[in-house]
Amino acid sequence: MEVGQLQRSFVEYMTSLFREGFLDAQFSQLQQLQDDSNPDFVVEVVSLFFEDSERLLNDLTMALDQPNVDFKQVDAHVHQLKGSSSSVGAQRVKNCCVPFRNCCEEQNTEACLRCLQQIKQEYLLVKNKLQTLFELEQQIVAAGGAIPMVQ
Amino acid sequence: MEETDEPHVLAVDDNFIDRKLVEKLLKKSSCKVTTAENGLRALEYLGLGAGQEHSTNGNGSKVNMIITDYCMPGMTGYELLKKVKESSILKDVPVVIMSSENIPTRIDQCMEEGAQMFMLKPLKHSDVKRLRCQLMQCQ
Repeated sequence: MEVGQLQRSFVEYMTSLFREGFLDAQFSQLQQLQDDSNPDFVVEVVSLFFEDSERLLNDLTMALDQPNVDFKQVDAHVHQLKGSSSSVGAQRVKNCCVPFRNCCEEQNTEACLRCLQQIKQEYLLVKNKLQTLFELEQQIVAAGGAIPMVQ
Repeated sequence: MEETDEPHVLAVDDNFIDRKLVEKLLKKSSCKVTTAENGLRALEYLGLGAGQEHSTNGNGSKVNMIITDYCMPGMTGYELLKKVKESSILKDVPVVIMSSENIPTRIDQCMEEGAQMFMLKPLKHSDVKRLRCQLMQCQ
């Protein structure tokens, strides 16, 4: 595929991610922070987000699997996840955290488990989308093009 | 040591991603940055740790601003703020509190304790630019 086509695909894809709420303005902030001194900044931060989230999701699964659930601990994990997802612009993941924290306050294990299920789904979706986005970027760069900025 | 006019900021946050972000934002605004993952580490860096001589043994005299998350395990940003303001050496160092939660009583509490500013997370480039301007005026 030639560069122009790749770039158009990229812009379309990125625009759809914003439109569908997978990403919000914070992601644009990340992109604006990327520069020549740190050309892989976005990929680095997002990779950290993936690692961090997977660890937290595992911790949440284990915490909710206990006979006596420590809801304070569960809430603490969700708080971290909310923070990280908010900081990278993963809007739908962040939005799942609010009801989750309410369920923790109510100490409702069943409801928490449903929230966890939902967060896992949203996380996998956004991870997949971001990986696709990064692959498109790599293709553009390999074809000698520049990555278009999408507001 | 080389004298530069880049302000030195100590950024405190228990979330790894947020630390990386705030560091990048500050560096982009021409600040020198040191990060700490919790209040205790921050106090140790500043020379205010338990068991440290509260003199100029720490890096407190080099730090032009402290920016800290509010919600941290162990010691909250508010508690860190209080410790800084109680120190004869560091009480004039501006302390900025960041939080992902917009809770008026929390904000009031921090401002009353002498916080320079309260900022909502996630921080944006424009937030840090504004901070930088304030810092210039303080000097």
